[in-house]
This record gives sequence, structure tokens and C-alpha cells, in this order.
Amino acid sequence: MDAAIACEGLEKTYKNGVKALEGVSFKVRPGEIFGLLGPNGAGKSTTVRILATLTRPDGGTASVAGCDVIGNPAGVRLRIGLVAQASGVDKWATGRENLTLQAHLMRVPAGEIPSRVKTLLQWVDLTGPADRIVKTYSGGMKRRLDLAMGLVNEPTVLFLDEPTTGLDPETRAALWRDLKRLRQERNLTVLLTTHYLEEADHLCDRLAIVDHGKVVVEGTPAELKARISGDTVTLEVGGESARAAALLKPLPGVLETIADGSRAIVRADRGASAMPLLITTLERAGITVSSSTLSRPTLDDVYLHHTGRRFQGEGEAGSEPAA
Amino acid sequence: MKAFLSDTWFILLRHLRTTVRIPIWIAITLIQPVIWLTIYGQLFRRVVEIPGFGSASYIQFLTPGVVIMTALFGSAWSGMGIIEDLTDGVMDRMLATPVHRAALMSARVLHAAITVAVQSVIILLFGMLLGARIAGGLPGFLAILSLGSLLGAGMSALSNGLALITRREETLIAVINFFGLPLTFLSTAFMASDLMPGWIRALARANPVNWAVVASRDAMLGQDWLGVAKAAAMLLGFMLVSVWISTQAFRAYRRAS
Repeated sequence: MDAAIACEGLEKTYKNGVKALEGVSFKVRPGEIFGLLGPNGAGKSTTVRILATLTRPDGGTASVAGCDVIGNPAGVRLRIGLVAQASGVDKWATGRENLTLQAHLMRVPAGEIPSRVKTLLQWVDLTGPADRIVKTYSGGMKRRLDLAMGLVNEPTVLFLDEPTTGLDPETRAALWRDLKRLRQERNLTVLLTTHYLEEADHLCDRLAIVDHGKVVVEGTPAELKARISGDTVTLEVGGESARAAALLKPLPGVLETIADGSRAIVRADRGASAMPLLITTLERAGITVSSSTLSRPTLDDVYLHHTGRRFQGEGEAGSEPAA
Repeated sequence: MKAFLSDTWFILLRHLRTTVRIPIWIAITLIQPVIWLTIYGQLFRRVVEIPGFGSASYIQFLTPGVVIMTALFGSAWSGMGIIEDLTDGVMDRMLATPVHRAALMSARVLHAAITVAVQSVIILLFGMLLGARIAGGLPGFLAILSLGSLLGAGMSALSNGLALITRREETLIAVINFFGLPLTFLSTAFMASDLMPGWIRALARANPVNWAVVASRDAMLGQDWLGVAKAAAMLLGFMLVSVWISTQAFRAYRRAS
């Protein structure tokens, strides 16, 4: 198998006229954690719904685990696990009952079900509350049960649609640990959607930024950060920031300079090696640099570069610091 | 076919489990017939004295009516469960599995039929305690359960279809409130047919609720078994049409989502 997930030119317009996807294309290799990153309404969930056979695309093609989502949806369903944004567990059933029903529906051989359910409950650390109804579970417990539900058929591809939205930071960190453990233990392909830059940076082998129903850029987090040119050098220059900015602008490797109060902010190729030149230039002109900092581009810079907007303030991630 | 049956069975178990785990549901199921039979039984006790009513004991007359009314109202709310599943993401989670699509509908309809049967047993037993006699014996008893279950199954299918089309609790509540009582009062549940105005009698003839009420009363009295069988056949037809409508609604829902 070449790609675990391949989609090409996916289009979807909802009945109310909302254009959710306008040609989404990307490929996910077997065994990798692939992130779809974008603000709410960018088309992440619609993409997952198409790949999980819950909705049909209006145009384009997609295959998951070697099965075409339109030609062979039954084949796709047997090979995937879906952990949707709205949990999808039955709150009036116990954890064990939820898993057992899911196993039946996923065509797990009846004889294997009890032992598989038991193993999964252990794996997500829900053995104790296994026979309590889910209504009594905490948010984190419910999410771990969701994850177990998605794994009950030992899927080839697992979809996680905003798995940590609405979770407190501690629970989120615990879920990240689970996902990393999952990747170590099973050779599973994961498609993860998120609107948390930090999460994408932390978990994904590769990611695609989705905006207005299109993939605007795709690559590893490191690649994406390296691809947007330059580092940010911030120089503390007292009252001379405007003159400093003007002086530095023509230097080789400098892409952009901004005077920001007492600081001159310089975006430069290979900031670390440019720094000595920047400082000596200023010193020679009689401007004292009292401090300097160098920062690597973050995914936020990547996002800004490709969409023309800051990521922060989008969606409900208001309190989330940009990575 | 094997997948359909086994999926229906496991999902039916889920619904039955949910029902017995909601204590308020059990309480209402037990208390409601007591209220209907005692209060209505007392309130309208002397109705039988009206010339031409044709029945000597009102509780005898009322018990099958309450069985069918409970079947109607109990199953009409079936769609609320679907809306809850849509909201909680349970429907999506199930649709992303290879589950037989029709099983998702048939399990709910079966669940409604079983629930109605259990409620009917309770009402009939309580009615007997208050003095109703089932002259039709065990066959009559079972016939009433079947008639109620068929009506309940059909009504739940309609309710499910409506839930899938509107996807809103408010709409479902409004529709049930709008149709529930008229369907009940355009039947002989509370009033003998001979005493009804002509136009109500005409409407009642087209009302599945009335088919079930009339046939249940006959089964109770152990009379007109042919009419009972005919009503059962008509209710079966009503149920099949309703189930067909609900599967179309389900198909439309899946296309639109």
C-alpha cells in the first residue's frame, strides 16, 4: 500500500449553500500521525466526515486503507476507527457495554470480544469504572473511552476529530501521552484535526494547514517552519529604533525590519549568523544594543505566512498561547 | 440478513437497557395507568347511564382505551431518542461502523413494541383489579397486547422519521402535542361510537388509534374475532407504511448530512 489516506480535489457544498471544501488534496503515509490544522469552519471536520464515509463528497476522490470511500464504503468502515468531536458514547450504558456493542457492530468475532474489551479497558485505565454508566464519568474518562471505542476493531486508520477540544490542560496532556504510546505500540495511521497549534506541533509527524476549504501548505512541522523564510531577531535599542530599523534594512539577508517602541524587530535568513552583523552595524552607527533575542519561527508564523491572518483569536482557542 | 438480525438484537438490547436505567420512566409507566384508570374511571363513571352507551361498566369500557392511548403516547416520543443520539454523536459513531443501516431503525421500532406490551400488561392487570373483566380470556389479553404493540411500532416509526427530518426536539414536541389528543378523542377510547357526532364517527374510521381501540374492546369482551383480526391486519399495514416512511427519512438524513 502506498498511502494510508489519499484524497484528491475533495469538494463539498452543504445544502444551505455553505462551501465547506473547495478542492482538498493530501496524502498520509502508513504509520504516521498526520494533522489537519485550521480554524473552526476551515473544512477539517467535513474532510474527516468524508473519509469516514459519513458524508459523500460532491467532487474529487478519496481512499482510506486502500478502499475507495464512494466505491467501497463498507471496506473503509471495517478498517477505520473514528473518535469524533461529539463523543458518541452512549451515556446510559457502562464503559464495558459501550465497547462490547461497538465490537459487535465492528464485526469483531464474538468469541474474541470479552477479552479484547478487557484489554482495551486496561489500556485506557478504565478497568475500575468499567461497569459504571458513562453518565458518571469525568470528561477525561469519557475521552479515553472514546479512544478505546475507536480502537476496538484494531483499525488501520484512526480518525481523531479535535480530540482535546474542551478538555482541561491536564487531561489534554494525558491524552497526548496516550496518543504517543499508541503510536509506539501499534503501527497505526492517525489523522488528527485540531485548532491548537501547540498540539499539531507536539503530536504530528506531518501536517496540512487548511483554510477556506483548501490545503494551503503541507509538510512536517519543522519543514513548514524552515520554509517560511527567516528568524525573528529582536534588538533592544532604546530611543533609536526607527533609525536602527532604517540602518539594518539594506543589509544582506535581512527580509524585513520593524520599529516597535524601543525595539527593532528584524526578520532575517539564518538569524543566528546574521546577529553579529546586525549588532556591529548598529554599534558602528553609535546605537547601543542593550539586549537581543532570537526566536525560531513558530507554527503561528507559518499560519500567518500562508493565510495572512494570525491564528490566535480564531475559534474557541482564545486562551491557548501560540506555540 | 444475518447481520441485520444480529445488529437489530444488540441495538435493541441497548435501548431496553437505557429504558430500565431511567428511573423516572419506570415511575411514570407505573403511575400513569393508575391515574388514568382511577381518575377517569371515577370522573366518567356515570357516563354508562346515558341511554345508548351500550356498556354496563365504564372501567370495562375504559381499560382498553387507556391501553391504546398509552401505546400511542409512549411510542410517539420514540423520536426523542434519535435526536439525543444525533446530538451526542452516537448516530455518527454508529454510521461509521459497518452496522446494517435498517437495524438502526428496526431496533427502535421493536423497542417501542416491547415497551408498549409491558405497559399494556400493567394497565390490564390494574384495570382487572378495579373490576374490568377480560371475557376474551388469555387470547383476548394477548390480542390487546398485539394490537397495542402494532400501533406503538407504527407510531414510533413515524416519530423516528419526523425526528430525522426535523432534527429538532421542539418540532417533535409540537407535532406530538398537536396530533396526540385529537387522535385519542377521534376514537372511542372514552366515548361510545353511537354517541359520537356523525362527522367524528367518520373521522374515527380512518384513525389507526380507533382501529386499535375498537378491536381491543372486542378482544376484551371476546366478541367479533374476525373484526379483531381485520383490525390487526390494518394496523400491520399501518406499521409497514410507517416503517417505510422512516427508512426513507433515514436515507434522506444520510444523504443530507
